[in-house]
Amino acid sequence: MEFTAILFYVFAILTIGSASIMVFSKNIVHSAFALMFTLIGVAAIYVLLYADFLAATQLLVYVGGILILILFGVMLTSQESAKLNFKTVTVNVVPASILSVTALVLLTYVFTTTQWASRNLETPQETVEILGTMLMSDYLLPFIIAGVLLLIAIIGSILMATRLNSKPTESN
Amino acid sequence: MFTTIPIIILLLPLLGFVLMIFFGKKLPRQGDWLSSGLISISLLLSIYLLINKVSSHSEEMISHSFTWVLIGSGSIEIGIAIDNLAAVMLVVVTLVSTLVHFFSMGYMKDDVRYSRYYAYLGLFSFSMLGIVITNNLLLMYAAWELVGISSYLLIGHWYEKKSASNAANKAFIVNRIGDFGMFIGIMILFFSYSTFTFEAIFSSINSGQLPFGSEQWLTAAGILIFCGAVGKSAQFPLHVWLPDAMEGPTPVSALIHAATMVAAGVYLVARVFPMLTSDALLVIAYIGAITSLIAATIAITQFDIKKVLAYSTISQLGYMIMALGVGAFTAGFMHLVTHAAFKAGLFLGAGSVIYAMHESLHKAKDHHTDAQDVRNMGGLKSKMPITYITFLVFTLAISGIPFTSGFLSKDEILAGTLAFSTMNGHWILPVIGFAVAAMTALYMFRLLILTFHGKPADESIISGIKESPKVMTVPLMVLAALSLFVFYSFNPLGAASGWFYAAIEQPMSVVPELIQPASAHVFHEAVENIHGMAMIISILMAGAGVLLAFAMYQWKKVNADKLAEHAGVLYKGAFNKWYFDEFYSKAFVGGTIILTKILRWFDENIIDGIVNGSAHITKIISSISGWIDNNVVDGLVNATANTADRAGGLLSKIQTGKVQVYLVYVVFSFLVLFILFL
Amino acid sequence: MEPSFLQWLADPGLSHFLILSAILFSLGIMAVLSKRNVIMVLMGVELILNSANINFIAFSRFTDLSLDGHMIGLFVIIVAAAEAAVALAIVLNAYKRFKTINLDDISMLKG
Repeated sequence: MEFTAILFYVFAILTIGSASIMVFSKNIVHSAFALMFTLIGVAAIYVLLYADFLAATQLLVYVGGILILILFGVMLTSQESAKLNFKTVTVNVVPASILSVTALVLLTYVFTTTQWASRNLETPQETVEILGTMLMSDYLLPFIIAGVLLLIAIIGSILMATRLNSKPTESN
Repeated sequence: MFTTIPIIILLLPLLGFVLMIFFGKKLPRQGDWLSSGLISISLLLSIYLLINKVSSHSEEMISHSFTWVLIGSGSIEIGIAIDNLAAVMLVVVTLVSTLVHFFSMGYMKDDVRYSRYYAYLGLFSFSMLGIVITNNLLLMYAAWELVGISSYLLIGHWYEKKSASNAANKAFIVNRIGDFGMFIGIMILFFSYSTFTFEAIFSSINSGQLPFGSEQWLTAAGILIFCGAVGKSAQFPLHVWLPDAMEGPTPVSALIHAATMVAAGVYLVARVFPMLTSDALLVIAYIGAITSLIAATIAITQFDIKKVLAYSTISQLGYMIMALGVGAFTAGFMHLVTHAAFKAGLFLGAGSVIYAMHESLHKAKDHHTDAQDVRNMGGLKSKMPITYITFLVFTLAISGIPFTSGFLSKDEILAGTLAFSTMNGHWILPVIGFAVAAMTALYMFRLLILTFHGKPADESIISGIKESPKVMTVPLMVLAALSLFVFYSFNPLGAASGWFYAAIEQPMSVVPELIQPASAHVFHEAVENIHGMAMIISILMAGAGVLLAFAMYQWKKVNADKLAEHAGVLYKGAFNKWYFDEFYSKAFVGGTIILTKILRWFDENIIDGIVNGSAHITKIISSISGWIDNNVVDGLVNATANTADRAGGLLSKIQTGKVQVYLVYVVFSFLVLFILFL
Repeated sequence: MEPSFLQWLADPGLSHFLILSAILFSLGIMAVLSKRNVIMVLMGVELILNSANINFIAFSRFTDLSLDGHMIGLFVIIVAAAEAAVALAIVLNAYKRFKTINLDDISMLKG
């Protein structure tokens, strides 16, 4: 067994284990922290796949940004009649389990039986410079559109949040 | 170079029209200088073109054409063609038009629609020039109709007057009758030769191709096209519109109804002359002769100064048509040119007199006296010397007194008719010709004497009369000069040696040998033999007419009223214009009314019966189908709706409103699809 | 155990990563379908997105997709960030309106 194989299994187990905790935990705060470990594990998997830039981005954006956002969401919405309630309730457990297991079986079957067109593994190299060049040449238009998308998302979230504060209670 | 000049000549008046109709009111002096300037440039270019064309002594045409429309395998070519005929005509049109533009500055001063008047003059000039320079029947027809519409607009210039708008309608409608015939003629030619251009049609005929393979059809096509000329040139039986058209402003009468538009018919006949068969030409000659006789008799009896001139115009147009009919091609066309000058002059002179009368009446606050009735005039000689002298020159010219242009052309026409009768015995044509010559002299001098000589009918009005302004008298002087013989031939007694005869040659006939008119050569020889005699008779007739006029109206040796009484029916008939209007009104208008009554009866009783019957049947059928609708179709529809309602009620149970349940459906469906496509 | 299976297990290749992503995917599906809390559903969605990203990058490592796979992964992360921001704003709005973030109680679409 090679060193990379060991590393792969370590991080795979970390990822899957924390993801399972996230899904099956009854406490939403626990779930959020388990998600953090899952994301870190995925970042490590990226490193094993020689995607150094993406691994860094994963850490920065997911762990540093999205996860914090989710935690804020948890904190802001978990009030129920003046006290905190972090319990999560499950629904549809039987159909959901059946469907997810079916999906897992089907996907695994497809992934293992398909003959993927493989190629000779070349010597890995740093991807940052190449990705930068590509972003400024072939992917310039998607890059700009992505920027615009983010801008719109920012404006939209701010707008919704502001409305939220200016019109606090709308009777329903 | 020479292909662009005619196009510039053509388009300048159109430019004037467009500018005047949109911006005329805003320009200083309402833009009369603009229109007049543009038409003057056209005139100068036309003169330049004519001099170049004639001095080059070549019969070569300036022509240019291009394909306009492609129809199937054929195509329609349009373009321009300028031969000597067209070049002369260009100068005539632009010259008279220019003079009328300047004359109108005085005559139409203070008119309410001054700028629009000039715009319409521009439109008219453009369309008339279009007729002249085109090389095909299609464009000529289009320009022909444009001339009709601009004539309509100008006759109806004072449309507040009921009589003016009626006259405009009449002119347009009567013209349409002739144009209809012309259109059929053009279509016969197009159907046979798939082309509109003159040259192509002529060469096809020359090569022995006949419409529908028969000579009668060729004759018919010629006569049908001549119908257009009958309308525009006010020939019998469509001459009734021209006297009424005098409701328009007098300069317009001079331009359109004396010099150019009415001459368009003559020009048309001259254009298609090569394809006219001898039969068609005979019809044309007789139509012309009848017209000239009828109009001349009417002219003697009229008292309205413009009406007299109008009938005189019809008579002279009849002359030209007759000349073309008998084969005196050059003489007929020359008469067109000389007549354009002196008849335009006569109208402008009449305009000058009417203008002066109006001013005087206006000053005297007299609104009842007719400013155009010669019985209210008299003794104007001393008051309006320039108008009088020029009017005298024009009168001499139209009467055919030697040393005038009118003598040259009229003499040639009369010689032509005489030669024609010696060749094939149609002696009635020269008889009518000479009689009309005498009558022309009689009525023209009658008009002159009644207007300018003698004692004033009403001293108070006549004393207030002043000579018209320079802008009106100068055009008169120019036209008077052009009514002298020198401009057409240096020999005052014979036109045949002048440049005009050299420039305008009779075109070769292209119709088959058997139905060909006498060739130019044969005809000329006949004319040569008879010319001296014709000249003497012509001078004698004119002299007789003049003498009779003086005897009746100046010296009062012969009592005109008594003579009229003796003539009895003849006088009454002529005075009432031979009842043409009444006849048309009874026969066509009345006939149409009777026809409509019959049609109405037919409508109300038979067609309405059928319609009502079918409506009744429809009603029965519809009530049956209504029952079926209500019971069978509606039942089916309602059953469908109920089924859909129940199914919807069942399906709506699935819609729990819970997002995750929907998601379960989605994932489930996705997995099913996944398995299916695996 | 067959030796070939052990051998396969010892040398992590493309299919190992793919199976990892499949497990993450089904866990995400489980979270999305079964959790009543909106934020848990969002976390499930993030899980699914991550599993997809692992696929892209694995393919870009082992097949001809090359760096284009990285590119797509990058854009997925960008879109996920935007999605998370907007989704949380929506959640906050819904919370203000319905006084709850339980998806079962937000059932205005009921037919």
